[in-house]
Amino acid sequence: MRYTRRQLVQRGLALGMGLALGNRVRAQREALRIGVALPYSGVYAQLGEDITNGMLLYFEEVKNQAGGRPIQLIREDETADPAVALRKVTKLVEQDRVDLLTGLVSTASAYAVRDYVHNTRNVLFVSNAGGNALTRDRKSPYIFRTSFTSWQVSFPLGRWVAERVAKRVAIVAADYAFGRESVAAFKESFLAAGGQVVDEVYTPLGSTDYSAAITRLVRVRPQAVYGFLAGSDAAIFLKQYAQFGLKGSVPLTTTGFTVEEDVIQAVGRDAEGAYSSLHWAVRLAIPENLRFVQAYQRRFNRVPSVYSMQGYDTARVIVEAVNALKGEVANKEKLVEALEGVRFRGPRGLFEFDPKTHQVVQNIYVRQVRDVGGGLANAVVADLGRVRDPG
Amino acid sequence: MEFYALVVLNGLAYAALLFLLASGLSLVYGVGRVLHLAHGGFFMLGGYLGYTLYQRLGEFWWALLLVPFLAVVVGLGAERLVRLVYGPDRALEQVLFTFGLAFVIADLTRLLWGAQVLGVPAPPQLNRPLILGSFFYPLYPLFLIGVGAAVALGLWALLRFTPFGVQVRAAAGRPSMAEALGVPTKTVLQRTYLLGVALAALGGFLGAPRIALAPGLDFTMLILSLIVVVVGGLGSVAGALYGALLVGLADSLGQAFFPRFSLALVFLAMLFVLAYRPEGLTGGRR
Repeated sequence: MRYTRRQLVQRGLALGMGLALGNRVRAQREALRIGVALPYSGVYAQLGEDITNGMLLYFEEVKNQAGGRPIQLIREDETADPAVALRKVTKLVEQDRVDLLTGLVSTASAYAVRDYVHNTRNVLFVSNAGGNALTRDRKSPYIFRTSFTSWQVSFPLGRWVAERVAKRVAIVAADYAFGRESVAAFKESFLAAGGQVVDEVYTPLGSTDYSAAITRLVRVRPQAVYGFLAGSDAAIFLKQYAQFGLKGSVPLTTTGFTVEEDVIQAVGRDAEGAYSSLHWAVRLAIPENLRFVQAYQRRFNRVPSVYSMQGYDTARVIVEAVNALKGEVANKEKLVEALEGVRFRGPRGLFEFDPKTHQVVQNIYVRQVRDVGGGLANAVVADLGRVRDPG
Repeated sequence: MEFYALVVLNGLAYAALLFLLASGLSLVYGVGRVLHLAHGGFFMLGGYLGYTLYQRLGEFWWALLLVPFLAVVVGLGAERLVRLVYGPDRALEQVLFTFGLAFVIADLTRLLWGAQVLGVPAPPQLNRPLILGSFFYPLYPLFLIGVGAAVALGLWALLRFTPFGVQVRAAAGRPSMAEALGVPTKTVLQRTYLLGVALAALGGFLGAPRIALAPGLDFTMLILSLIVVVVGGLGSVAGALYGALLVGLADSLGQAFFPRFSLALVFLAMLFVLAYRPEGLTGGRR
């Protein structure tokens, strides 16, 4: 093992101190090593940063201690590439010997590491990737998901739209697994509630122009549009939706990420009025959330996103389970049992795992982008109640 | 019928942006035989610089005016570096060098502006649809089509009627003869480079109200502009224009009728052109 000069000095000093003080200083317990595999470069870099900041905030609140052990984070950039994700997770386990794993923004990455994590019985907390299969036929007792499934956030919205917004809807979505799953879940409850889908347009990920898709939507004269797009795709779509003059006349309903705070920052007024369903809102008026949003803003000088919130809750899940076990996490069966019992009120409301699927059971909220005291933000307009993915 | 008109207008607006980007790429290649792979980077940089100017000044038009100047300032520095690899038989070095420059620009913009998605709103005068009876279409893309046409005309006039244009055509056609006749090819190349960079940055900012600013935009646009110049014929402005129109319209038609394969359609169009006109639509001058 090679030491850098600084490490050498630090360790030398520590050794000297230890010798000088003798047995009076109780040896500190070995650090709890948490491997974090998130994208820190590429299109999902901001998500990786937000999740990490959320985790850091919670760990700092508990003085970087869990079950009497200091917490040590080992970060790896998985670049949202499945092959890289698997390599980095393998490295975290085999080389860094981490006790726990967390991260994964893209569903493809989560699927890529699933078998390795399952077969080596490492506990993984998925802090974003929302593909349904990880809760269904590819679930693992060692994988806990603190974020959402595409079904969980989109299914409740369909019925609400049919009852409250419009019955004739056109659909636009990004052409990849999560987009298609979201649309399927939306349609499931929307059609059951008497809705009618007049057209469906799927656009390639990373498109730079949506006017053709919007032109197609206009042609069928829908009463409302349902969409799922994220990141820059969403920003471009919303701008062009407004430029076509549809913003005021054809209500836009979406799965939350399409008009999450990051997108609102980018497009401003063009997002105003859009409805979305999600498991959190920055303006969710419960004390736990107000405290979280304030603390986050003070620490990072930024408004937290839903991803920050997921990082924060993931950190809390880890700390609560490790506390319950007094730091002994080597026995995986006991760890899983302790995790199944984790239950708390966090920024999103009541947080608990479904013991059958290890997926979080949570409230889903309908939000609308509104001008609230000087700035645009998502205000909660309806609480659709607790939603459990059927698995 | 209306639907097809909309699809064509979308394609033209997209073509206008592609033309701004690709004309510079093509000119620089024509004059200096340098394939400038950092061009997409300047497109993105123009968008980000414009974003900051817009935030500071609060006025779209001022930002639009200043972006090309700022880009030229940055371009002056970049040209000093790219100059190191000028030369007829240094293609590999040029590709590596300018591609490296593209990464440097990408990381610098990331450092300065972060990874979050940013946007510039369309100016209020243009942020509404044009309504003609039952037909309506957003004004901003119409404005883009106008700018694209104006720049195409301006470039044509510049190359056709000005001394600079004569020098550019001379340096592009017969570089050694031009040099022998006293055309300062290095200076001509520098000016062409700056012109190309300014156009790319202008395109980046003009595109910002339609395209989101986020990491990765540079390489997406670079690939599209490479398709444009390959289809049109490397080295000529007219080629860039035809290429941009073909790619823009192919993309728009693809998005409207089979959105899943719109990019494939663009490549298919390229394949057809190359199969029948291997030197591109304008034939190239070799």
